[in-house]
Amino acid sequence: MCLGIPGQITEITDADRLMAMADVSGVRREVSVACIATGALQDLVGEWALIHVGFAMSLIDEDEAAKTLEALRGLGEAQETLEAMAEGDAALEGTQ
Amino acid sequence: MRYVEEFRDPVAAKAVLAAIETVVDEIGATAEKPVHIMEICGGHTHAIFRYGLDRLTPAGIEFIHGPGCPVCVLPMSRIDECVEIAERAEVIFCTFGDAMRVPGTKKSLMQAKADGADIRMVYSPLDALEIARRNPDREVVFFGLGFETTTPSTALSIQQAAREELSNFSVFCNHITVPPPIKALLDDPHMVLDGFVGPGHVSMVIGTHPYDFIAEEYGKPIVVAGFEPLDLLQSVLMVLRQIRDGRAEVENQYARVVPEHGNPVSLAAIDDVYQARPSFEWRGLGEIDASGLRIRHAYAAYDAEEKFRVGYGAGPRLVAEPEGCACGLVMTGRIRPTGCTQYGTGCTPEMPLGALMVSSEGACAAYYQYGAMMTDDPAPAVMEAAE
Repeated sequence: MCLGIPGQITEITDADRLMAMADVSGVRREVSVACIATGALQDLVGEWALIHVGFAMSLIDEDEAAKTLEALRGLGEAQETLEAMAEGDAALEGTQ
Repeated sequence: MRYVEEFRDPVAAKAVLAAIETVVDEIGATAEKPVHIMEICGGHTHAIFRYGLDRLTPAGIEFIHGPGCPVCVLPMSRIDECVEIAERAEVIFCTFGDAMRVPGTKKSLMQAKADGADIRMVYSPLDALEIARRNPDREVVFFGLGFETTTPSTALSIQQAAREELSNFSVFCNHITVPPPIKALLDDPHMVLDGFVGPGHVSMVIGTHPYDFIAEEYGKPIVVAGFEPLDLLQSVLMVLRQIRDGRAEVENQYARVVPEHGNPVSLAAIDDVYQARPSFEWRGLGEIDASGLRIRHAYAAYDAEEKFRVGYGAGPRLVAEPEGCACGLVMTGRIRPTGCTQYGTGCTPEMPLGALMVSSEGACAAYYQYGAMMTDDPAPAVMEAAE
């Protein structure tokens, strides 16, 4: 019920009703941009938004997405370091 | 697809799982003494089972499936009221597909449609608005269902109908809000919960501050989470780290979509069109104060309850559950789905007895679909054995 999918706004279709075309995973669907239309409507074209029941509910923040992925990558690197440490310990004890 | 695939990377998942294992060990949680983490949202319940996260994570973590599936917490009496409205000759009744097979005391919307009612499954309330424009001689009723994620869509649709003076459109409002049932669960002295994975899409509307009471008054961690497997795993790790460090904070893992203060346009539309009901009935949880919304008097012309004189205020409320149905016990974490005597026999997705088997976000449907049916474990999951 609360599912939402990222979609990219491709054009404004009805400025009066705040409607726009969105590309959602290759499917084109007209959506309301009322919730994200705080500035000039045309500026929304090209933006990514979370689409839910025919409404673009929230703009997706590219910087925040990058930060989250960065944190995840950091975990991966930490894990590699930990594994390297464990390898090192095993090498010292001759149990490799 | 952008913003999806990156958050499904199996290599990154392995690293997060390893970090989770480390923290679970540091906490000293085991299968016998697990940490109990509730995912509030039904979308998260579905994702946990779909990606097998319950099996990938250590046995020291027990997921408790929260009340965040709006179809599942809807009482049978509300389905009866839908059927009553839908069976009127002048009505075209529009609903999200999820609600079609939820049993009422007499029939489901699916059965009512088979019996001749004009019931249409739509993707958006905007579709219902368009049906109303094209059918000026019919009454078009939209079944407004869902948490704060979905509430703005019906509020904006009602505002649009008012602007167009569309007099044949109304909403049967069953919108509910997340914080009141969480408070009710936290007030239950027998409920054991160590932390929460918070609902991401509800939060993109309301922001993160409505959860402050969970951390400040109840001392429990909550991390607002996205819906991809890496989002969920990272959020579980963040909850575990809070537990390990003795912190209780509201953290936001899903900052790419969830602004701290929510969406101002959505909040304004909700406030303009809706007001809290004194209380609302939740299946399995009973009446909860100020947990449901009704349409304000200024928009009474768009309120199906007013228009057709059904629902709250129209007479005594009938509280009914089907014989043998344990949805209420599952919903409050007293038993697992497999602990219900009807599970997989008297109640299946094809022939559901209770709502938890209907919606893909229901715990029973998720268990059934993703192969937990054979789990031989009827033991109470979260309730203390003290009583």
